[in-house]
Amino acid sequence: MRYLLPLGLFVALAVFLGIGLKLDPREVPSPFIDKPAPALELPTLFDNSKTISNSDLKGKPWILNVWASWCVACRQEHQIFVSYSRSKRVPLIGLNYKDAANDAKAWLQELGNPYDIIAFDLQGSTGIEWGVYGVPETFVIDAEGIVRYKHIGPVSSSTMKNTIIPLLQSLQSNG
Amino acid sequence: MRSIIFTIIFCIMQPLQAAIESRVFENPVYESRYYQMIDKLRCLVCQNQNLADSNSELARDLRDKTYELIAGGATNNEISEFMVTRYGQFVLYEPPVNRHTLILWGAPVVFAIIGIFVFVRVSRKSKNTTLLTVDANHVAQARDLLKDKSNN
Repeated sequence: MRYLLPLGLFVALAVFLGIGLKLDPREVPSPFIDKPAPALELPTLFDNSKTISNSDLKGKPWILNVWASWCVACRQEHQIFVSYSRSKRVPLIGLNYKDAANDAKAWLQELGNPYDIIAFDLQGSTGIEWGVYGVPETFVIDAEGIVRYKHIGPVSSSTMKNTIIPLLQSLQSNG
Repeated sequence: MRSIIFTIIFCIMQPLQAAIESRVFENPVYESRYYQMIDKLRCLVCQNQNLADSNSELARDLRDKTYELIAGGATNNEISEFMVTRYGQFVLYEPPVNRHTLILWGAPVVFAIIGIFVFVRVSRKSKNTTLLTVDANHVAQARDLLKDKSNN
């Protein structure tokens, strides 16, 4: 009987620590979820004179994938986007983050270009606006321009299949 | 996994080559506020470092941003707000008291109260038991000893 309290405390502590081990401290929840997407006003990678803006993308859900040629983990997820882009479900916008234009183009030539438009963020200032802190990051934005989902780190094929595609389907059927 | 290893390598490697940039301030108040702010904001890449200590590229960009905002006349609250709207509450090393952080701020007080309560109970209990265990013989013996001492 007298050991019941310490035992109970131990079990409670063990459960909390166990939960703590399962959490990933790198996954900081984005403050943009269910809020309007920040501005994306940038020149495009392939044509400096052309610019992209949020208003061009209104009316349809879209994916924003933040990547860079220097980012090793981006290679890991790239083929998933390449195969996704073949299905042509929604616009896939790339945000090329703090990269050299030539390196970025060479990288796409080597691995394939799944993006409909690529915004070129040399200074990383748009990255700050979007709260990007580790490439790759992937956002899903709905037809009204509201951020619905953010994924930090490389997208796995199961994340694509089980989270992003179902989310896009529900966004499209609502819209 | 690879990205984690690279992050670790970069966190260790960068201090070897990069030192904190020097800044020019038009007024000393701005300067002290700048150092105060980069001390209070967390770098999200090397999560247990603040912007002042971290040499990651993001920390450098955010130091630039902080400098820019201060030079543009933003108050400390406006800078915190700027960071929080983009990176979330996590960016603040000292989270504000609100609904979500109630447990965080309240728990130490609750634990202190529990501690005081337990301490009082335990010390009271031990006082009672010592009083009870001293039996009459021992008291008499002690009295005799004291008497001997005073006679000498």
